Amino acid sequence: MPRTTPAASDLPDVPVVELLVRLASGSLTAVELAEAHLERIAQLDDSLGAFLLVDRDGALRAAQDIDRRRRNGRPVGMLAGLPVALKDVVCTRGLPTTCASRMLERFVPPYDAYVVERLRAADAVVLGKVNMDEFAMGSSTENSAFRPTRNPWNREHSPGGSSGGSAAAVAARFAPLAIGSDTGGSIRQPAAFCGVVGLKPTYGRVSRYGLVAFASSLDQIGPLARDVKSTALLLESIAGHDPRDSTSLDADVPPYSRNCEEPVRGLRIGFARAHFGDGLDGDVESAVRRALDVYRSQGAQLVEIELPHAKYAVAAYYLIAPSEASSNLARFDGVHYGHRAERFENLVDMFAATRGEALGDEVKRRIMLGTYALSAGYYDAYYLKALKVRRLIRQDFDRALERVDAIASPVAPRPAFRLGELVNDPLAMYLEDLYTLSANLAGLPGISIPAGFSSAGLPIGLQLLAPPLEEERLLRVARMHERETDWHERRPEL
Amino acid sequence: MNSPTLIVGLEVHVQLLTESKLFCGCANRFNPDEPNTQTCPVCLGLPGSLPVMNERAFRLALKTGLALNCDISPFTKWDRKQYYYPDLPKGYQISQYDLPFSHDGWLEIDGDGDDGGRRRIGIIRAHLEEDAGKNLHDESGRGGDSRVDLNRAGTPLLEIVSQPDIRSPQEAKRYLEDLKLLLTYLGVSDCNMQEGSLRCDANVNLHVTTDDGKVAATPIVEVKNLNSFRGVEQAVEHEARRQLDEFHRTGRKLGDPGVEKETRGWNADRGVTFAQRGKEEASDYRYFPDPDLAPVTVDEELLETIQDELPEFPAERRARFGTAWGLSNYDAAVIVDQGAVFADYFERVAKTCGDGKQAANWVTQDVLRELNERQLGIADFPIAADLLGRLLAKVVAGELTVKSGREVFAELLARTDRGEDIGGGDIDAIVAEKGLAVVADTGALEVVVERVIANNPNAAEAFRGGKPQAIGKLIGEVMREVKGADAKVVRQMIVERLSR
Repeated sequence: MPRTTPAASDLPDVPVVELLVRLASGSLTAVELAEAHLERIAQLDDSLGAFLLVDRDGALRAAQDIDRRRRNGRPVGMLAGLPVALKDVVCTRGLPTTCASRMLERFVPPYDAYVVERLRAADAVVLGKVNMDEFAMGSSTENSAFRPTRNPWNREHSPGGSSGGSAAAVAARFAPLAIGSDTGGSIRQPAAFCGVVGLKPTYGRVSRYGLVAFASSLDQIGPLARDVKSTALLLESIAGHDPRDSTSLDADVPPYSRNCEEPVRGLRIGFARAHFGDGLDGDVESAVRRALDVYRSQGAQLVEIELPHAKYAVAAYYLIAPSEASSNLARFDGVHYGHRAERFENLVDMFAATRGEALGDEVKRRIMLGTYALSAGYYDAYYLKALKVRRLIRQDFDRALERVDAIASPVAPRPAFRLGELVNDPLAMYLEDLYTLSANLAGLPGISIPAGFSSAGLPIGLQLLAPPLEEERLLRVARMHERETDWHERRPEL
Repeated sequence: MNSPTLIVGLEVHVQLLTESKLFCGCANRFNPDEPNTQTCPVCLGLPGSLPVMNERAFRLALKTGLALNCDISPFTKWDRKQYYYPDLPKGYQISQYDLPFSHDGWLEIDGDGDDGGRRRIGIIRAHLEEDAGKNLHDESGRGGDSRVDLNRAGTPLLEIVSQPDIRSPQEAKRYLEDLKLLLTYLGVSDCNMQEGSLRCDANVNLHVTTDDGKVAATPIVEVKNLNSFRGVEQAVEHEARRQLDEFHRTGRKLGDPGVEKETRGWNADRGVTFAQRGKEEASDYRYFPDPDLAPVTVDEELLETIQDELPEFPAERRARFGTAWGLSNYDAAVIVDQGAVFADYFERVAKTCGDGKQAANWVTQDVLRELNERQLGIADFPIAADLLGRLLAKVVAGELTVKSGREVFAELLARTDRGEDIGGGDIDAIVAEKGLAVVADTGALEVVVERVIANNPNAAEAFRGGKPQAIGKLIGEVMREVKGADAKVVRQMIVERLSR
């Protein structure tokens, strides 16, 4: 492995808080920082496959511009000079946005997603687009049509998914910050698998404008980073009301990165016995119990809660998400953009051939599930019933969260599984989302933070959930754990 | 066998007159010459784009619902209607399925009789949806690629579904005409059928009483894309004949095994409906609530605001023109049916001249004739209502004869044709130039009468000899010399003079 200059190779390890200080003082330039990360990606990403596209020129141009403005005493944004990796599901003007699908392999959006606008306005430096499960459908990043991403802690293992590229890029120090999207756990589970922090905001907290939709009522964009404070900083820069998204919430954005240092007094942490049942890996269970002890040692009260409808969450989720997906993905028909089959007999055949050849198996499986669930005669029994269950799940959480400040649980039933281990068992793959997808159904914010390692040396995460729009509380509670532990400071050897 | 009862319901699609489209900020304008120029990521259905409801379109829809006497739902939502077609870029149309914003209303139209009886045609529902784009196929026969223009995609479209209350082809036409008039009075649509902003489908069948006294219903046929009033009338008429004929031949009726609703097209040139391939195989639209859009709640306050914005409806206006201006039902209908702007013009003329009947005569005859000849709408008519009113005021006051008034009217138009600006001063100038002022000085007139009689002894003799029509020549001669003379007065004077 070629060696870089010591100064350059150190930079990707420096915490974001310190990078900001150095950038502000002028002892570090945005160009130096971008080059250090681009260099590391160039050297190491072949073995991980985190990036689908590295925009070296665009990143350096943006960095130069930031440096120039800073030198001239002109204002710069709150993320000025910090590199960021974007999940390839958010539209970037002039940069291909593939959703890791053959369907959009050559699709170049003419517009930036809201989050991309916000990141550019904050002067983040976009390094490129990172890998994912095709159209964000999956929990392993193996459903990428282009290549799987490997877990930086063990390349035989999956980084999780669908935001596997985002989590791997942050863990591998390819980018201090990354954007992911979470429909059923797609930020939190890969964050847990890769030992980083990942936050799914309240539904509506971050605009979905420009996020290629998987399941519109569940999708949320969120931040991934190595520690709680930089996660808070990234969330702060992308949250807020956007009139172009009718589901966007018009609520103030608190200064998360400043407030997260404040511990929650008289903290009450809820836990559900159901979360520690059969199928939970022993290492994960002890890591979660240890995390609860960390809170107890800080004077927190641990309260057992009931989530009576949690057992129906997977079933409800796998009706609602595929139903919406079957509709959202109908636009990929080969007419206006994206892939079009070369051979076809007639119009209907063009639609069929185009979709048949350019969509992957998992995407097709979910489109078929959803099409079936929405069909005349089945709608009431499946989709409508799932919506009712969804309401009950939300009520469970509302009740529980009246008694506690946050709910703690595992993120996933076990640490990162091996690549290929679950690809032929879709149902087992779906059960990976057991602990995470309730937050999407209920619209709650959830965070995954590093909470230990398995005996095999793979990271384990702790999930915390809070009431809607209580991201600040969530970050403060997360920071209380982080302050007492050093799991987030460990780094994988590449 | 009794004559069969015709059962018709109309589904009307109306494009709303908004600045922008239903779910994005693109211009809502008919523009087939520059395809795909009024588009953005949202109406192109690009990945990641999201719809945002146009409040203005929704208010126009509410306005229409109220004017159609509909119940307005306090809670309404958006649904996705899913099917694949190249002019539908998202693969679904955003529409309203089980909770339309309005339902259960009616529109009153004239009945078929001459007794002035009115008929209420029920409205099942009116809902709002987005229009699709337009597929353009190569018509050269060389098999070129089809193209898609998405300028129209996302245009706000109101679907108004009537009850099957219509009983004759004439009623179908009147319903559509009255609906169009109402919508243009409301200002919610321009209802331009050529440009496709008003489109109509007709559901038609017959109830036939058979020899054994039972009533059989013929299979329901939906005739698509009727794009003129005459077309609706003729298509319904043709379809009624065709269905009766088919029923006599086959005996097939609604409810028989294998009988489904049939979709037929309308060939206006040949005046026949023709079979189209059965309703697309994909008849399961898999409707479900659009998760990208919030449901809409309509409170009493909003409804009251919109109620207050409602203009006078055509039916009310016809009645008022009768009572306030003394117009006949016929004249009132002719004026009101021309549209709100024309009716406003009439009222302005009537107010200025103070005589509704005089104003009605002029606008329904002179003004309408000029508009037709010039292919103009009233908004572009060169003689402003105030000006015509001032001209007619002179006629009403007896300062000008009707004939002279027409001459001034023609000269005013001639001046505008030459590009001149015209105003109140022009009326007086023309009257003076042409010597059109009514000559009230009977002394001066008597001199002329004397002279004309002297110069035309034969005519005078003939009149005296019992040929009253001979007076015409004498009157004409006098009128030629004194332009502003009142023909009645002249006649009177000649009669008196010759009877002495």
